[in-house]
Order: sequence, then C-alpha cells, then structure tokens
Amino acid sequence: MSVTDASASAKRWRFREPSALGGFWPSFSFVVLYLSIIVLIPLAALALRPWELGLEGVWRVVSSERTVAALKLSFGAAAIAASVNAVFGTIVAWALVRYEFPGKRVIDALVDLPFALPTAVAGIALASIYAPNGLIGAAFAPHDIRIAYTPVGVMVALVFIGFPFVVRAVQPVLADLDRDVEEAAATLGASRWRTISQVIWPAIAPAILTGFALAFARAVGEYGSVIFIAGNIPMVSEIAPLLIVIKLEEFDYAGAAAIGLAMLCVSFVMLFLLNGAHALMTRRGAA
Amino acid sequence: MPLEIDHIRKTYGKFPALGGVSLRAEDSEFIALLGPSGSGKTTLLRCIAGLEVPDSGSIRFRGESLLAQKVRDRRIGLVFQHYALFRHMTAAQNVAFGLRAKRGKERPNNRQINARVEELIALVQLDGLAGRYPSQLSGGQRQRVALARALAIEPRILLLDEPFGALDAKVRRELRRWLRQLHERTGLTTIFVTHDQEEALELADRVALLKDGALEQVGTPEELYHQPATPFVFEFLGDVVKLPCEIVDGAAVFAGARAKLLGGSLTRAGSGLAYVRPDAFDIVVGESEGLKAVLRDVVSAGASARLDCLFDGGEPIEIRAPHDVALQLKIGDRVTLRPREARVW
Repeated sequence: MSVTDASASAKRWRFREPSALGGFWPSFSFVVLYLSIIVLIPLAALALRPWELGLEGVWRVVSSERTVAALKLSFGAAAIAASVNAVFGTIVAWALVRYEFPGKRVIDALVDLPFALPTAVAGIALASIYAPNGLIGAAFAPHDIRIAYTPVGVMVALVFIGFPFVVRAVQPVLADLDRDVEEAAATLGASRWRTISQVIWPAIAPAILTGFALAFARAVGEYGSVIFIAGNIPMVSEIAPLLIVIKLEEFDYAGAAAIGLAMLCVSFVMLFLLNGAHALMTRRGAA
Repeated sequence: MPLEIDHIRKTYGKFPALGGVSLRAEDSEFIALLGPSGSGKTTLLRCIAGLEVPDSGSIRFRGESLLAQKVRDRRIGLVFQHYALFRHMTAAQNVAFGLRAKRGKERPNNRQINARVEELIALVQLDGLAGRYPSQLSGGQRQRVALARALAIEPRILLLDEPFGALDAKVRRELRRWLRQLHERTGLTTIFVTHDQEEALELADRVALLKDGALEQVGTPEELYHQPATPFVFEFLGDVVKLPCEIVDGAAVFAGARAKLLGGSLTRAGSGLAYVRPDAFDIVVGESEGLKAVLRDVVSAGASARLDCLFDGGEPIEIRAPHDVALQLKIGDRVTLRPREARVW
C-alpha cells in the first residue's frame, strides 16, 4: 500500500521504525561490517592505488589505444551477450514454465550448468568446438567465418556464462503470472499479440531487465572462459580483465589498478542506470 | 430465448466435470449456479465464456452458436474470483482495456473511450479512484473495477465466478445488494457462480443447483427452499437433522409425537428417514410424547441459541431455538423434542 498516513509526515524522523521484532542492531552492524570487509575496503584500495602514477599517468594508461580497445570489447561484448541472453533466456523460461514435455526436468537442470562448470573448462570446451577445426567452427570455416580467436568468440563465451541468469530471473515471475489475467484479456476481446505485449510483457519486463543486468555484470568481469576462445590478440580480441593480468605480470600494479578503476566506474554507472530503469518499471503497480 | 445451453458434457481426463447439462436463461434474467466445489459450476461458466471447450453439446445465444466463436469474439463479460486485474494499469486503464482492444471502425476514439471509462467508474462508484493501481485498492474496490472492465465491452451476457468469494462477510453483503441494484439498472442477462446458498437465494431470479456435474434442481429461490426436489437440495440449502420415523396417515411420527409431513412421498406408509430443519422443533421440559433427551449445552449463536442434546440411546443432536425458549432451560434438564414438520423421501 502506498497510501501514506498523514500523521506519519508530522512525526520526527527516525533512523528506523520501532518494531516488536528485535535483532535490528545486531544484523545492521553485521551488514555494515561485512560489506566493509568484503566489498568497500578492497574497492577503496583499488580506487586509491592508481594515483601514485599521478593524474596524468592514470589518464595515459586508461586512454591508451590498447586499453580503450580492451574496454570497448569487454563492455560491448558483455552488452551484446546479455541482450542475446535476455531474448533467448526468456524464451527458455517461457517454455519451461508454460509447457509440459518429456525431459523438462533435465533441461531445467541443464540451465544451471554454466554456473557449476569451472570457467576454464568451459573456455577450453568452447574453444575446441568453435575453432576452425572444431565441431561447429568447421561448419563456418568454408564460408570464411571465424568464431574462435575473434570478438565473436568472446561473445560466444559470454553468452554461455550469462545464460542462466535471465532464465532464473524470469522463470519465477512467469510462473507467478496468473492464467486469470490472460483469460481476462481474451474475454475482453484482446488478440493474443495484444495480450502478450500489453499484459504479459509489462509483468515480466522488470525480471528480464534484472536478468540482463546480472548477465551483463557477470560477463564484464568474466576471465576464465574467455581467454581460451578469444585468442587474445591486442586491439582485436583482448578483454580488459586480461589486460589487467598482463599488467600485473609486468609488476605494473598501479597501471593494473588504473584499468580496474576505469572498469569499476563504467560498471557502476551502468548498474546504476539499470537499477533506475528497473525502479521505474516496477514502481507502477508494485504491491 | 437468449441463452440456450444444451447437453454440455466436459471431461477432464477421466473425471466427468459436466455430464450433459441443459439450462436456459431469459432476457435480463439473473441466474445463480449453486453447488459444492467440484460440482462443475465454474466449468459450465468457463464453457459459456469460451475458456473451456466442451466435449459435446451446444451453447446458443439468440440462435447463433457460441461454440463456433473464439473467446475474444463472443463479447461475454467475465468477472473472476481473484479479480484478474492488470496490475501495471490504473483502474481507468483496466476499464479502458477492452475498448482499446476493439478493432477497425468498432474502436472508439480516445475521447469516447475516456468518456465511457468515466461513466463506468461512476457506475461502480469509484469516483476519484480511477488513477489508482489495483494494489492501492481494497478487495471490494478491485472487484468493482473488474466489473466495470467487463461491462466496458457492452457484453451480451455477464458471467461472475464467485466474485465475492475472497471478500469478508460485511463487504460481501454490501456488494451483493449493490450488484442486484446494478443488474436491475442494466438489465443484463447474468449468470453467477457461488457455493454460498444464502448469496444465491438472495440474488438470483432462478437458482440452478449442481451436483457432480448434473443439475439437481432449477427454480426460483422459493421453489428450491420450499419444494426441494431431492434430499441433496434440502441439505444444501440449510442445516438438517436426520431422524428415523414412522409414517402414519400422512404424518411423520416420532415416538408418539406427530409432525406435519411436507412434500416427498406422502402416501407411503411404514418407517422412513425424516429430514428436519434444526429450528423446527418444539422443546418441552420433562418427559412426554416425543424424543427424549438430556440437554448438554446451550450456546448463544447470533439470533438464536444452539442446543446440544443427547438422546437416551446415546446419539447426539443439535437443534436451534429462540433465546427466550433457551433461557427457560438448564443444562442437564431432561427434555422432550417434538419435530413440527419433516420431509421424507
């Protein structure tokens, strides 16, 4: 209920509403402590480290041609892969929720496989299949299309590791969607297309966006599965996380931190925007 | 004859939901489909709406077959038990949905749609709430939005599937009265599914009582209440006490006490099982002609009192009596119960 009590605004502001159920302070303290140790302090260290290069030095690292190309590839491929997953993940979730068919439970379990597999194993498997002499790569090779060792290969790996996120985000929402609502739309004279676009889509769109954001965030940081299939050619198929590792191996810790900081900033802005869009979508009619 | 339902059969797997049901509805008639859960009443409603396809039989509206038409072409308004409102649309947008879904030249322009929505919102008495989302409305208000939404398409028939089932008793009674008034104003042929006999008897012009996928009795509320065709009808419309009796000269005799025999097989003689309403007993303190029992407990229950008695044979019986009668009794009293009227089938 968003109907606010008029007297509530007159009350003095409180850090939290009094509750009969105790345990707020222990859990709140724990959250602050835990988040600090696990997230905030490491990120603060990351944010502080690059500046030993000086502002100009940081800028030189971040704006170098190779870094820009790597960042573009990392974020671009992650965005495309998450979009692909948003479309096909939704279709898979739809099939799993709406229809009964033999083998449904097996397929449902298979969806989680990219979560469970060590990413390096996935990377090697993908690389061998999509390489020009591999099972799928061989089919494309005669047409002069190469997948492994190109940006397309990076995308394939990112689609693979991001796939479960959209399915698992959309599935429960679709399952929760009442048949009633679709039937009501039909009795009101709506075509099937109108029902899908105006009744079902608004209900599941926030979940698809959540799945997209998760798949995107995962893909941006992905390392293990990508490096095997990417070929890692500088300026072409070299992802930003790999560039960071290369800098570390050269003992250029500040340079690595500078690229890390750049990734952090872009990721933060994108997640902020995605969350904003999500809030806009769900504000209406959220019960 | 606007609506003719003829021998509708519907089976789910091996479970026969409807076993050849036939029913007719007059113009502007308000019919209640009454029955326990699993009796097929909702299935029948969904067949009329087009959400279920019957195995056989026909449904005609003014002569044309409804079964040949798709759900969206039938123009039959349906109100669901759990409202089925579009959560991401305001009340007004919900009501407008059916108007916006119209195709071609049937589709009104925006100004006409807004005017119609305003009119309907006023009709269901939700003025000022048109901009609210369903989550910001109470259950009763939501159901009125759902009703306005169904009425927006100017349906040929209005179907309601236990529309007040999810509401509390007081709101339910208010909406019931209001729905009856609305029906008198719109004159729309209405079919209403409920398992609440009180609701059916109060609202409907005619009640169709279903049991196990077949019609048990169709008639006015008075007919059902006063001339129940079967023991099931009698039991469904109120509490019943079943007692063995002797039938002598067209009267039911309970241990020497004579009760008027209503309906049933009046000419039969011999012993039978009498169906008596719990409030159709005379209670006499002490022993005389009639059923002897001991009063175990008196519970004040609303307008009358419930008396828990124990027959001498050890069988318990619950009857009802006005408070002034109950006040003259003490727990532990020996009483004699005399049924005033009984039914024997």
